[in-house]
Amino acid sequence: MQAVAELFLEFTLLGCMAFGGVSALIPEMHRVVVEHHHWLSDATFVNLCAIGQAAPGPNVLVVTLIGWEVAGPTGALASTLGLCWPMSAVVFVLFRHWDRFRGVRWQQAVQIGVAPLAVGLIFSAGYFVGSTALLGASGWVFALTVAAANVGLRTLHPLWLIAAGALVGGLGIV
Amino acid sequence: MTPSPSINPGALFLAFSRVGLSGFGGVLPFARRMLVEERGWLSAEEFNVLQGLCQFLPGPNVVNLSVVIGARFAGWRGSFAAVAGLLCAPVAIVLMLAALYDAFGAQPTAQGVLRGIAAAGAGLFIAMAARMAAAVRWKPRLLPFAVLVFIGIALLRWPMPAVMLGLLGVAATLAWWSLGQDAGGR
Repeated sequence: MQAVAELFLEFTLLGCMAFGGVSALIPEMHRVVVEHHHWLSDATFVNLCAIGQAAPGPNVLVVTLIGWEVAGPTGALASTLGLCWPMSAVVFVLFRHWDRFRGVRWQQAVQIGVAPLAVGLIFSAGYFVGSTALLGASGWVFALTVAAANVGLRTLHPLWLIAAGALVGGLGIV
Repeated sequence: MTPSPSINPGALFLAFSRVGLSGFGGVLPFARRMLVEERGWLSAEEFNVLQGLCQFLPGPNVVNLSVVIGARFAGWRGSFAAVAGLLCAPVAIVLMLAALYDAFGAQPTAQGVLRGIAAAGAGLFIAMAARMAAAVRWKPRLLPFAVLVFIGIALLRWPMPAVMLGLLGVAATLAWWSLGQDAGGR
């Protein structure tokens, strides 16, 4: 029960700083879940990230998976609700007043200023998932090929790239 | 801007349940397609305004968007219905995958498959970061902040709240100043 309450509180805090969405939170979630609380091992954490990316649906599901592995169904509920509720509450109150401050100078400044930080966070998530999965040289070559394909071939569905990853991984190539 | 009376919590639940299952690694584009193009619940301009708010705030953007759209058409019941619709089916699927992982995850082949998926996933994150970097304004001035975040978060493993608060203050001030320069310079 204590773990469930702690999950809820930790993910409430994480939800308040998720600039750039849930993917941007992956390194910080690792710090909280693996390094600080020792709820999961490195390997389990990165496997859950992989499952979250291979499953259909919004990115928030990786949080559900982490909660589930830490404390079962109530854990999944606690982590997901914890992550979602703070900003859901803010946005619920704020959206009627959004027209009043949308486009004013400080709002534009924050929006423009936060964008490069989100870039850094998502890039960190990529580096972090790759290095935690203990990718060797061939693994990184594959990851960068996937990145290039995803940027260059906009019509190629990312699911094909994930399937290619499953294949080369299953064959022991990466 | 008059909300249509036919959009009740049930309709919101059903509409968002299709959005939730339609994408991998992010479903926001599918939410737009459903709301603007297929059902015409919002104009493109209205969608952009609400999406702007949801991307301005931290947190899971598409969940925030569901809250706003639900609230707009059917109050707090609408918000709950939209979020529940968005998450129900994907959560069920992902928990089935978790059960499979618990049962078979330790096997060498499964380990290999997951590592390959993680490699692809790392690549997809890097691609997403590259696309976002291309959209950053005043790149020479602001993209160095992306490098600083990477050093702080990924390499030095500093806590995120400190890194974000410190750098956001500086980056937003720089953007504020740049906005003034652009407005005054021309």
